[in-house]
Amino acid sequence: MVDTKRIWSLLEQVNDPEVPVLSVVDLGIIRDVKEAWVGGAAVQGGSQPESIPEIVLTPTYSGCPAMDAIRMNIRMVLLSNGYRDVRLTTVLAPAWTTEWMSEKGKDKLKAYGIAPPLPMQQVCHPGLFVREEAVACPHCNSYHTTLISEFGSTACKSLYRCEDCGEPFDYFKCH
Amino acid sequence: MTKDPLIDYTLHLADNALVLGHRNSEWTGHGPILEQDIALSNIALDQIGQARYLYQYAAGLINSSTTDRGAYPAPRTGEATEDGLAYHRDGWDFKNCLLVEQDNGDWAKTILRQFFFSAYQYFFYQQLAGRKDGELAAIAEKSYKEVSYHLRWSSEWVIRLGDGTEESHRRMNDALDQLWRLTGELYTPSSYEKMLVAEGIAVDLTALQPLWEQRIADVFRQAGLTVPALGWQQTGGKEGKHTEHLGYLLAEMQFLQRAYPGNEW
Repeated sequence: MVDTKRIWSLLEQVNDPEVPVLSVVDLGIIRDVKEAWVGGAAVQGGSQPESIPEIVLTPTYSGCPAMDAIRMNIRMVLLSNGYRDVRLTTVLAPAWTTEWMSEKGKDKLKAYGIAPPLPMQQVCHPGLFVREEAVACPHCNSYHTTLISEFGSTACKSLYRCEDCGEPFDYFKCH
Repeated sequence: MTKDPLIDYTLHLADNALVLGHRNSEWTGHGPILEQDIALSNIALDQIGQARYLYQYAAGLINSSTTDRGAYPAPRTGEATEDGLAYHRDGWDFKNCLLVEQDNGDWAKTILRQFFFSAYQYFFYQQLAGRKDGELAAIAEKSYKEVSYHLRWSSEWVIRLGDGTEESHRRMNDALDQLWRLTGELYTPSSYEKMLVAEGIAVDLTALQPLWEQRIADVFRQAGLTVPALGWQQTGGKEGKHTEHLGYLLAEMQFLQRAYPGNEW
């Protein structure tokens, strides 16, 4: 019997290597944790089927290079807690959205110096020169900020500058 | 050509994404300013990520097919794999549109190529997300959100350059001269697309064309550029007949896996 509650709490220890304050649970990429069965009748010697945890996850962006590292880190954390076999399943639909990020995660992002994603806005469609209404500077909370580039240091972020404190900062863009 | 049109169709979509992603990655470290270098590298990353899902799907289809099993085997494993499909097929196996394989030229040409293709891909993925093949629909639903950023970014750059200086305007028109005749292929269905449209799997390209034309017209009007008459259009890429540019791209992209088959980092 797989204790899915325990798996969920272990997954809280697995962080996004690109944004190390966020766990994969905060990020909203873990879609399900369930029990899967392996072995059994098909295995010679009549061994009993064994239940292992299955973790269903979805990528943030198709090309996110952190996904491979995240999958490996999930296996490592579970292995060090006694789960030798783990099944990782990737699902693409429904597509990940920043709306799945936990409120706790958004607070952690801001404390880390990255502006958290705003609730879904018009910026997620391809309208010309559309900008977020107001992205607050994570350092001084000023709304007097300017978009420098829609593509930042990673696929999930865009680059802003605060016109009051003068600091550049990353904004975890809505998606 | 494989016997299953779904395999060819999936490879066509994967090749589009990979080839343009590779072209854009050639700008990494060479962009005109740091922020735009990063922007184009991010777009390349999205495209190559999309290509990976499509190649993985195609590899699965090939390996489980009764008639096409063994088409495109990878070295060592003998099975089709995403890497094998990307690195061990020749130019005539690639089914990407001619537009995406064109050389980068200057910034104007790269921008215009991206704009033409993103305007197509945005509406394309939107439609594909509602078609019958569950896996392609899922990849499309995911990708279309990414492409909406590519489309806005490239549209804004077309306006900035077209409506910029005398030189940037001239360069945009030069790029238009080179690329326009390759846009018609986006709407010319290949043999495998025709077969799959009837089954509700492939996107009906004729329905897409007016949406694309509208976007081009809107952006060109703001950019001070004139949409050319349709004129004669070059096709062939979807059926494996390419321009000379693809060969040079593959020679560079595939070199390592050709010299050291199956090598890993």
